[in-house]
Amino acid sequence: MTLMKSLSGATAALALMAGAAAADPALVIDLGGKFDKSFNEAAWNGAERWARETGGTYKEIEMQNEAQREQFVRRMAETGANPVVVLGFQNMATLDAVAPDYPETKFVLIDAVVDLPNVRSVVFAEHEGSYLVGMMAALASKTGTVSFVGGMDVPLIRKFACGYAQGVKAVKPDATVIMNMTGTTPAAWNDPVKGGELTKAQIAQGSDVVYAAAGGTGIGVLQAAADGGILSIGVDSNQNHLHPGKVLTSMMKRVDNAVYDAFKAGTALETGVVSMNLASGGVGYALDENNAPLVSDEMKAAVDAAAAKIMSGEIVVHDYTTDDTCPAATF
Amino acid sequence: MDFATLIQILDSTLRLATPLLLACLAGLYSERAGVFDIGLEGKMLAAAFLSGAVAFVSGSVWLGVLAGIGASLALSAVHGLASITFRGNQLISGVAINFLASGLTVLVGQNWFELGGRTPALTEGRFQPITLPLAETLAPVPVLGPIYSDLISGHSALVYLALALVPASWWLLNRTRFGLRLRAVGENPAAVDTAGVSVVGIRFAAVAICGVLCGLAGAYLATALSAGFVKEMTAGRGYIALAALIFAKWRPFAAMGACLLFGLLEAVANRFQNIDLGVVVLPVQFMQALPYILTVVILAGFVGKAIPPRAGGEPYVKER
Repeated sequence: MTLMKSLSGATAALALMAGAAAADPALVIDLGGKFDKSFNEAAWNGAERWARETGGTYKEIEMQNEAQREQFVRRMAETGANPVVVLGFQNMATLDAVAPDYPETKFVLIDAVVDLPNVRSVVFAEHEGSYLVGMMAALASKTGTVSFVGGMDVPLIRKFACGYAQGVKAVKPDATVIMNMTGTTPAAWNDPVKGGELTKAQIAQGSDVVYAAAGGTGIGVLQAAADGGILSIGVDSNQNHLHPGKVLTSMMKRVDNAVYDAFKAGTALETGVVSMNLASGGVGYALDENNAPLVSDEMKAAVDAAAAKIMSGEIVVHDYTTDDTCPAATF
Repeated sequence: MDFATLIQILDSTLRLATPLLLACLAGLYSERAGVFDIGLEGKMLAAAFLSGAVAFVSGSVWLGVLAGIGASLALSAVHGLASITFRGNQLISGVAINFLASGLTVLVGQNWFELGGRTPALTEGRFQPITLPLAETLAPVPVLGPIYSDLISGHSALVYLALALVPASWWLLNRTRFGLRLRAVGENPAAVDTAGVSVVGIRFAAVAICGVLCGLAGAYLATALSAGFVKEMTAGRGYIALAALIFAKWRPFAAMGACLLFGLLEAVANRFQNIDLGVVVLPVQFMQALPYILTVVILAGFVGKAIPPRAGGEPYVKER
């Protein structure tokens, strides 16, 4: 009997310890890699910031291929991590399949909406941020031709492109916007050679500002732009420092804040759809010492005025993903 | 499409075809000697990584190229050891090399530079475009001027080297004793062995040449086309090169034609996203898939027949 008692006591203690350890949040990093200087890196920075400020620990896992999506998210949920933050729109189907099996675990999906009771979906208003950098591109352009290099051709990237084109046309209605997508497979996120070649083709067509929304491929775009003597615009993280004086600005998408907020809320996380837009500081443009000489006062004033109008609802930037059409560009 | 656009597309074709051509010639030597090599992709990747890393640290692009060749040669040695000496399956060894390179480059890169497997962007230690003599003077000449000054001049050294390697390879394979033996080893190794020539030695030599050429291809990607290594930056070019090799039926000049064709397709797809032919609109995805479609067409025997070297894929076992 006493043996029984101590045994069950030990089991209970173990269960408690397991429960305490399980409070760790987890971050599932998407294809493209943790240090893509862009989307995934922003998420990781948010997690690191949380770890530094709270002294907490978190679990992280990085996908290497498509087949691991469901497996890795399940693995994180199995280890008792809570909440589990999953990056990337391509994980919509993953969470549709996995989340119902772990009703006690809270999941956070960034960049897409999954309507389940234990999922928080964080969506960004990339079209609003892209609109602002599009305005800056048009103001900085001397040739009247600007361009865009996307990663994989998916609705989310078209949303960036569409917002950008709208911003350009708002400043110069007769401007030309050249658009290229790198590819149709996930390899398109990691092909700097092709990104650079696309940029060279765009420069040959007269573009003098290029906006890259292409993950690791964007590194090649920014490099080719710097080599070719034109301006570039970075994406997701602040990429101004990559080529100081040659990157006009970066469209900031505060994925770091989304991850930080989720980790901070912990198990008490509220589920549902969270919209990170211009008004809530979820998107914006980057201004630092690397690009200060490139951004004139008039440019800044014009963009800030537009930002205020978007926040107040006076300017409505069309979101490509709502109806798969774009008023300012054709794909 | 005006003349200037045409020149720009052909210029881009030449840049994009160069890594394919180097990798394709690499595969040609190896496969003509009877050693199938689907590890071209992995060797290029390893070479791209090490050349990017060494070029950054040393500031010298040529040291980078040497390091890239070294990395590729090391993987070639593994392939040779597994498939020639120990008579393992050549395809499996090649797949293993691809996996090894894919993982190892990121792991080592992260350990050295802590940039997530990338190497730092190269500012010096990159290939600079070479302006051929008289390019400036001849530029105003109509038609021929732009062709010479924009299309032929202004590429990096490796582009010219790759083009020069095509006739050199033809000569080596078809006009020298070594080339004859190399081809014989791929067709009928027993006959070569009977003549008293080492089959293993010739095959190792072929695999080593393959390593050197893959090293050049990888170094070109990291130090000429872009400025530094990014993980998985070969993006399937090794497989396209294999497709080009089959398309070219394992012949050097045809290989150049196939690589230039595949480069042209990519350049056109880069320049025009969707091509409107008036009747139908060709989507960009079709252009991207065309190299593979053409290869399948060739393999199916519609455009002549592609016969691989007869002893390809089989380890040689000496008769007793």
